[in-house]
Amino acid sequence: MRFVFKRSYDADIGLFKHRPQALWYLGLLVLVVALPWLVDEFFVGEATNVLIWAIAGMGLMLLTGHTGQASLGHAAFMAVGCYTCVIMIANGVPFLLALPLAGVIAGLVGVIVALPVLRLHGIYLAIATLAISVLTEDFIVIAEPWTGGVVGLVAPPIVIFGLEIDRYGTPALFYFLTLAVTLVVLAGYRNLLRAPLGRAFTALRDSEISAQAMGVNIARTKATAFGLSCGATGLAGALLGFYAGAFNHETFNLVLSIQLLLMIVIGGLGSIHGAFFGALVIGFLPQFIALVRDGISGVFDLGSVTIPGIESGIFGLILVGFILFEPTGIYGRWVKLRTYFELYPFYRKDMFKRQKSFLKTERMR
Amino acid sequence: MSLLVLEQVTVRFGGLVAVNDVSFHVGEGEVFALVGPNGAGKSTVFNLISRFYDPAHGDIRFREKSILGLRPDQVPALGIARTFQNIELFEQSTVLQNLLVGRHRHRRSSLVSELFFAPQVRSEERRHRQVVEEVIDFLELQAYRDKTIAGLAYGVRKVVELARALATEPRILLLDEPASGLSLEETQDMIFWIEDIKKQMGITVLMVEHDMNLVASVSDRVLALADGKELAIGSAQDVQSHPAVIEAYLGSGGRAGHDG
Repeated sequence: MRFVFKRSYDADIGLFKHRPQALWYLGLLVLVVALPWLVDEFFVGEATNVLIWAIAGMGLMLLTGHTGQASLGHAAFMAVGCYTCVIMIANGVPFLLALPLAGVIAGLVGVIVALPVLRLHGIYLAIATLAISVLTEDFIVIAEPWTGGVVGLVAPPIVIFGLEIDRYGTPALFYFLTLAVTLVVLAGYRNLLRAPLGRAFTALRDSEISAQAMGVNIARTKATAFGLSCGATGLAGALLGFYAGAFNHETFNLVLSIQLLLMIVIGGLGSIHGAFFGALVIGFLPQFIALVRDGISGVFDLGSVTIPGIESGIFGLILVGFILFEPTGIYGRWVKLRTYFELYPFYRKDMFKRQKSFLKTERMR
Repeated sequence: MSLLVLEQVTVRFGGLVAVNDVSFHVGEGEVFALVGPNGAGKSTVFNLISRFYDPAHGDIRFREKSILGLRPDQVPALGIARTFQNIELFEQSTVLQNLLVGRHRHRRSSLVSELFFAPQVRSEERRHRQVVEEVIDFLELQAYRDKTIAGLAYGVRKVVELARALATEPRILLLDEPASGLSLEETQDMIFWIEDIKKQMGITVLMVEHDMNLVASVSDRVLALADGKELAIGSAQDVQSHPAVIEAYLGSGGRAGHDG
């Protein structure tokens, strides 16, 4: 068990709880920066994919995990980010300007969408955002002059100050670009959570009525959460477009929205870690399944069989498993494990048991 | 000077008149208690002042200005803080985080400065923390500072809610049943705290309470309500011995038995 002696309020304001923790994260940072020299190009590509998922995951985590607003339509905002970025570059806007602008535009679209659905809660909000996802798919098909309709668009090469970055030609550079965006989003997210607005978000999630009684403007705070969330998701969408190389309306279909939501639930709702853990699962699971499948067919000499739907099936199983046995996700499990060892042998089984509270003033409204 | 004035306020929920033509004023530095049987409209009065409900008639003025044009989230900015009967804390956050949300009305930083955690945000955070720590010291919550609400006992949560309201640095504090569900000692603590809030901090207190011991020991004036109507107003002793109040609590049978 570690006792942290705090000597000033800055100890609680700082990004890390104590020096060893900061060192661990420094080690992690060194590892991810050195990754292209440690693994081959294929895995650098896979790691890029994970980072893109993580950016989108952070976007959705802010909205669903921290502000408590479910969204089943985040693929739509990925699409907005992706198409606006590529269209801007096609019209001569330099990449370094187009990418942040794509995020800003996706964020503004998020705010506009948020305004009419602000009054909806829970399942109704989920359905409204689901409708947005479906509508966006149709809109992309209809808006053919800009979006290329069902044919889609091809991502142009990324040029930063004459340096050309290509997903296949220079996977390491594309990885670093994605890593940089990840770190920027992460820094903003982390800063927000220790500032008044971040606390207002979690306050909204836990009790709208008392957040209001503390002076939190519900409508404006929710719209801000939507805007920031959709902005980050838009950045991820833009990067996904370049990662995929070519994309059309089907790239950003409903399945993507659902995968995003699955990702943050599996990772652990209400923590930034959760977005990354979830991204690792979602990013690597298809490869893992393929490896296991090939292994099994190799052992039993089945040839190259493909089982349709195996991937979604296993995703579904994992999700059901988590909801039943570990609703706090991978991060929640990790926290319990850590506490177990920190307190050994004093850990109690029901230490993290959530108390049920039946008294709620929400029914007042 | 009257800090808070309710003038002939009436609230209807459909056909039910929850508050019927109630008028009272709370003076600066006073502890004012609302008592009455269940369903008398006490909590409705609170929800009117925090603007969760709109009155059908009447006016509510705070420092001479009507607050009926305000949204619920604009009320705390005036210096009106409240607690809830059923405890409305942010369950998944720590006590410290909860109290810091109480500082939200003093937020001066913008979204962009918070995204970068600008130096100004940091210095404001330190100041918020300072105020919160004073409240923690006052209510002796040091041991619970970093505990999550979900794991706290009922009595502690009640104190945390009071602390969160105090962290807003209010001019008037609305306490909705501060002693309900508390043990005898905890209620005793609550009595001392309310006295200190009045005397040391100079905060006006308006409270709803059933525990007549607490009401009698701290309040300057008491208003008894029943079925949304005013029954009696005055000192705790006067109100307790008022025939209409006794009738509201015990029913007219009590007096009929006395006469016959």
